[in-house]
Amino acid sequence: MSATGRPVSATGQPVSATDQPEGATGRRAGPAPDSAARRPLLDAHLVADHRGFRLDVRLRIAAGEVVALLGPNGAGKSTALRALAGLHPLTAGHVTLDGVDLDRPDRRVFTPAERRRIGVVFQDHLLFPHLTARDNVAFGPRRHGLDRRAARARAEEWLDRVGLAGYARQRPRQLSGGQAQRVALARALAVDPTLLLLDEPLAALDARTRLATRTELHRHLTAHRHAALLVTHDPLDALVLADRLVIVEDGRVVQEGDAATVTARPRTDYVAHLVGLNLHRGRGDGHTVRVAPELTLTAADRVDGDAFVAFPPSAVALHRQRPDGSPRNTWPATIVGVQRHGDNLRIQLDGPVGVAADVTPAAAAQLRLVPGQLVWAAVKAAETRAYPAGPARPE
Amino acid sequence: MRRPRTLLAGAVALAALTLTGCGSADDPPGDGTTGPVTVFAAASLTEPFTALGRRFEADHPGTRVTFNFAGSSALATQITQGAPADVFASAAPGPMRTVTDAGDAVGEPAVFARNQLVIAVPTGDPKGVRGLADLARPGTKVALCAPQVPCGEAARKALDAAGVRLTPVTLEQDVKGALAKVKLGEVDAALVYRTDVRTAPELTGVEFPESARAVNDYPIVALKSAGHPTGAAAFVAYVRSPAGRAVLTEAGFQPPPA
Amino acid sequence: MTATHDAAPTGSATAGPQRGGAARRRAAAGRVPAALLVPAGLGLLFLVLPLVGLLARAPWTTLPQRLTAPGVLTALRLSVQTATLATLLCLLLGVPLAWLLARVEFPGRRLVRALVTVPLVLPPVVGGVALLLVFGRRGLLGGWLDDTFGVTLPFSTAGVVLAEAFVAMPFLIIAVEGALRGADRRYEEAAATLGAGRWTTFTHVTLPLVAPGVTAGAVLCWARALGEFGATITFAGNYPGRTQTMPLAVYLALETDLESAVVLSLILLTVSVGILAALRDRWVTGP
Repeated sequence: MSATGRPVSATGQPVSATDQPEGATGRRAGPAPDSAARRPLLDAHLVADHRGFRLDVRLRIAAGEVVALLGPNGAGKSTALRALAGLHPLTAGHVTLDGVDLDRPDRRVFTPAERRRIGVVFQDHLLFPHLTARDNVAFGPRRHGLDRRAARARAEEWLDRVGLAGYARQRPRQLSGGQAQRVALARALAVDPTLLLLDEPLAALDARTRLATRTELHRHLTAHRHAALLVTHDPLDALVLADRLVIVEDGRVVQEGDAATVTARPRTDYVAHLVGLNLHRGRGDGHTVRVAPELTLTAADRVDGDAFVAFPPSAVALHRQRPDGSPRNTWPATIVGVQRHGDNLRIQLDGPVGVAADVTPAAAAQLRLVPGQLVWAAVKAAETRAYPAGPARPE
Repeated sequence: MRRPRTLLAGAVALAALTLTGCGSADDPPGDGTTGPVTVFAAASLTEPFTALGRRFEADHPGTRVTFNFAGSSALATQITQGAPADVFASAAPGPMRTVTDAGDAVGEPAVFARNQLVIAVPTGDPKGVRGLADLARPGTKVALCAPQVPCGEAARKALDAAGVRLTPVTLEQDVKGALAKVKLGEVDAALVYRTDVRTAPELTGVEFPESARAVNDYPIVALKSAGHPTGAAAFVAYVRSPAGRAVLTEAGFQPPPA
Repeated sequence: MTATHDAAPTGSATAGPQRGGAARRRAAAGRVPAALLVPAGLGLLFLVLPLVGLLARAPWTTLPQRLTAPGVLTALRLSVQTATLATLLCLLLGVPLAWLLARVEFPGRRLVRALVTVPLVLPPVVGGVALLLVFGRRGLLGGWLDDTFGVTLPFSTAGVVLAEAFVAMPFLIIAVEGALRGADRRYEEAAATLGAGRWTTFTHVTLPLVAPGVTAGAVLCWARALGEFGATITFAGNYPGRTQTMPLAVYLALETDLESAVVLSLILLTVSVGILAALRDRWVTGP
């Protein structure tokens, strides 16, 4: 929701980087993730079946890149993560990490979880309750051949790095949720995994802890040299923490790209809803797109054929009477819902297309906006993006 | 709400009745020899007493004999703790003494049969056991009864009389236990009663002279707690009658001393 | 059962509306419903009264002599030793079996689970006979064991351990299987992602997670083994110092002398309750 009404330039490209959420910009000094020519560290085509549900997702992650796998509950995100970790076998496709096949059913290759250089941070941390924080972190290094002393030394080093040096002897139940999740992060990173998987790492935390832990997580992900995949249903986590978003719905990738592209040009209702844009599909003809038999919207961009039109709720203005002077992009609508949305009110409109509009409480009072009220909606063409509804992936 | 509670209460009451009852307390008092007679008898009497009970019932129409067969000592404990019994037949004087000492008997117990120890061996006698001395041979596994029970006491007397010292592999809780060990082939021989060997076709009893020194007397007595004293007395008399003696002899018991 | 009827309305009446609001709310939180309290009390009485009976009949004046009577300590020591060894044997074989039942899907698993409980249903004496039919001189394996290794189990202390383990193992397996089913398997997945193989995961994660269940099962198992009578006397016989455990000694004492049987029972009870209470403090109520 944070992306609601984000300004978009006239060319449809995101405006200057300073307006982007912190995670999406200025991430690290290393090579930019857009160097698609490089061989990806992780190359996966995940085809897996789970209780009648089929996942079919392609994923590529370059070294130093953080990719967010974003999608609603039941979209297959967890299955994808489990397949990568080796906890769920693939039906077809492959998982190739650093040039080595870990799972490739057609060649009968399967590397079990314990022999993959893949670390996992689980949603509810899953720290071993019978071990101290230090021994939890030392668990991985011990399994990788370090003796007890060396493993503990490394564990203490990692606890220090996540700011929990004083908690080495605490057991998980003595830690707060945020602390436990940081220990879990240290535990996963202590074995220096080539790929780090994070499964909703912030979902179980309360709002305050979440903010602090997100910042902490951001710091460590930036420092992590290898690839990372963040599975989440929270767009804010994805936007802050990831370089690139891969959005899955119903087991398929519906859209992928960097944060700016995805937030500016959503391709499904789910993504539009996530980033807080009104999204409609129609047929483009120059600067106009017909989104309903009786409604044509004019956009700043030029597009022909199958096209999306997107505009933020803040770009929708409401009037009691048909506005004069601007015959384009106006239509009569009925108010079907009014909700608080931040400092404003979000008005749900029914009409030729369903649309959300944001108005100030003062304006709402003046216009006496109540459900059932008939109004005129108007959208400025300058704030309306139109783009082709072509293939979901820029390949 | 009301109904299930009533049902539950009814069910509990029924269960309680079934558990405590056996109905004896509520039966009409016996007139003459009719009515039920409850006999507590040593386990070694199972076969002959069952047969005797059927004949007794046939001779006394309307009478029903119920048996409780178990180790004599256990039966004596049950009787002194108030178990509803009319007659007690013990495999040895010891348990009978427990009952008479507690004042539960009517009159003096009478010996109605005697039993003698034999060496039980598998039919064919693979170890060639001829007498007690053969049991002490190395490599011969022997089961005896524990000295606390009558057959164990008798075995000790017999072995002492023969001057044989042997280490059994087990001291069984009762004679049936010792018998089972021979039947299963776990031991080569056991000292058991002659009557016990009669019940096991796969076993042979080897008689030995020293058994005469360890003859077991079987006493019987009617009990004070008897709900049916006439029936109790009649059953005791029947066991001691020639008819009863015939059945016991057939089972391998010897008659009591004259 | 009339007590249940009468007590229910009385119990709820005391918690009735005459009390103040806050007090009532506090009381309601910690209140035990009479419908539970009464049967619970009856249940406890039912379990404890026989013990009271033993205590009432105990010959306190002659207790010291009876305690030091020859054979008593021998039987006691043998009982504790064999029960402990049987428990160890059950742990060694039962925990893996419980794991198999809880974690591995295989055809016939329901049947195997039912078979595991057979010793619970089987009269112990029959269990002893069954053991003889397998491990006895003429048993399915006994002859081979004797010929090959010179091992004869009947009438030996090892036989006692075997008989006790046979009867007590289901208690351990059922407890451990329940604990394994209740344990969160994702911890094992977490261990795998950290590089732990299956065995390491089992020993370092699974077992510690189900440790309370294993301990509870082992305690039950030990208690059952300590009280074992039927299978022991049938399979291992009764010989002082070698196979005569306390329950066997108690039973034989009962043949001649009720009082000495009472004393032996009390010793067995004291020792077992003492050991279990000590273990409970140390292990069961741990983390």
